[in-house]
Amino acid sequence: MIQFHHVFKRYPGGHEALSDVSFTLPRETMAFLTGHSGAGKSTLLKLVSLIERPTRGQVLVDGVNLGATRRRRIPYIRRRIGMIFQDHRLLYDRTVFDNVALPLVISGYRHQEIARRVRAALDKVGLLGKERLYPVTLSGGEQQRVGIARAVVNKPPLLLADEPTGNLDPALSLEIMHLFEQFNQVGVTVLIATHDLGLVQRLGHPVLTLDHGRLQADARLPEPA
Amino acid sequence: MAGADRRQPARHSLPGGLVLSHLRTLIASLGVFYRTPFSSLMTSAVLGIALALPAGLYLILVNIQQLGAGWDGTARISLFIKRSVPDAEAAQLARRLRQWPEIAQVTFRTRAQALEEFRRHSGFAGALRALKENPLPAVIIIQPTRRHSEPRAIAALLERLRQLPLTARAQLDLQWVKRLFSIMEIGQRAVHVIAGLLALAVLLIIGNTIRLDIQNRRDEIIIAKLIGATDAFIRRPFLYGGLWYGLIGGALAWLMVEVAIGLLAGPVQRLATLYASQFSLTGLGLLPGLTLLGIAALLGLAGSWLAVRRHLSAIEPT
Ligand SMILES: Nc1ncnc2c1ncn2[C@@H]1O[C@H](COP(=O)(O)OP(=O)(O)OP(=O)(O)O)[C@@H](O)[C@H]1O
Ligand SMILES: [Mg+2]
Repeated sequence: MIQFHHVFKRYPGGHEALSDVSFTLPRETMAFLTGHSGAGKSTLLKLVSLIERPTRGQVLVDGVNLGATRRRRIPYIRRRIGMIFQDHRLLYDRTVFDNVALPLVISGYRHQEIARRVRAALDKVGLLGKERLYPVTLSGGEQQRVGIARAVVNKPPLLLADEPTGNLDPALSLEIMHLFEQFNQVGVTVLIATHDLGLVQRLGHPVLTLDHGRLQADARLPEPA
Repeated sequence: MAGADRRQPARHSLPGGLVLSHLRTLIASLGVFYRTPFSSLMTSAVLGIALALPAGLYLILVNIQQLGAGWDGTARISLFIKRSVPDAEAAQLARRLRQWPEIAQVTFRTRAQALEEFRRHSGFAGALRALKENPLPAVIIIQPTRRHSEPRAIAALLERLRQLPLTARAQLDLQWVKRLFSIMEIGQRAVHVIAGLLALAVLLIIGNTIRLDIQNRRDEIIIAKLIGATDAFIRRPFLYGGLWYGLIGGALAWLMVEVAIGLLAGPVQRLATLYASQFSLTGLGLLPGLTLLGIAALLGLAGSWLAVRRHLSAIEPT
């Protein structure tokens, strides 16, 4: 699903966030991305979602070389990636329902279809009763689940999460991770950046570790091509 | 990604669905007037005033033009006959003048007729009755042919008429109309310049309002981009916002102009009656009113488009 070939990322200002990163993440895999603060985890995810472009090397997602993507095509690629953020990035002046519906509205779904899919997504994250509420009235864990519902409502084949449990207590974190496992079980590829090494070890999924921009891939992941 | 934009049955089929989605955004973009009614109305009022000014000036010009239209463009010469000349002799002169090739039409008014007319229209009937003798001269009103209405020919005709022995005075009625027309030409230019400047002001006001709106909704724009919104999708509510500002400003301007006309109509009517004129103030009317709305809407759209073009692409997720 995701392939990196000798990817380098140097930010303007000269800092090299990623150096010669190569790995392959097969379809329908769930994997963790760890490393110290500043190791380049967020940068790697941003390359996949086309928020940043690599300085050198190739990034392929679902067989498509992102380097050849024109700006106009970016939205259509992002629609096939569910993104989850540590700070949720919800619209706080819209209801839970409207937040989750946004990807569907953007893609031009019909009204009835939107309502049906939003309810299904909220049901999956256990927030069905709260669709009329505003995000501020929800707890941190609930807000994160709204973010997850929004990411999966479109049924994207790939989920990227950047420290989705950063602000949550261990029990809630585990709950959220189990949620990701459920999506993975129905065939979604999941890549989660996290600091929480305890959780990573406990869940036992393949791990990609970054150290100062250099990658050590787990033995459970295939050798990069 | 292969088939990234594969069409799915649950989506709107073009173009009906697209129209519906546009309509929904159009309605939704009115939301800003609901969310921030005070500042939105203030902006609309400023736009209304800026649009009402040129519309009002235009209307003044139209009305003056109508006033001038009473004179049908051809000149008219009033030939006043010496008071010592009997009516019969004057009438004979009128008949002779009718034969002149440069004259199209001749109307003769005896001293008595002139007096009657004056009495009817001036409101000085009482004062006239006090006079022993009719103070007014007989008048021959001469309308030259169209060919002889141009300034040089008419000046020559006027000169010839002045040379006639019975003439007391020959006066070209057109002169003030002509002056009025040339003043109006200047007026028209001025209105165009002012309208241009104010249109620019409207453009900038709307552009700036939309720019602020874009800045206020920065987070929303970034989130929308992150989850795959196209530029067109993000642009749409702002463009419609500008359209609404233009339309509402234009409607306010129309209203202001009509109210102003309503306030002026009474006094103008009274003044016109004093001058025995049928003249009455005309309002903006449907077509020019709709034109005003159309121009306002276009300015709104253009203003927001400028803002969107400049500021929207600068907002990218990081
Ligand atoms: N926009 C940017 N411009 C310049 N340097 C940046 C930018 N974004 C990140 N960096 C630098 O790149 C390096 C990697 O950053 P990145 O955010 O990928 O780290 P991270 O592993 O996500 O860290 P954390 O765990 O703290 O989130 C850091 O040293 C950071 O300072
Ligand atoms: Mg990070």
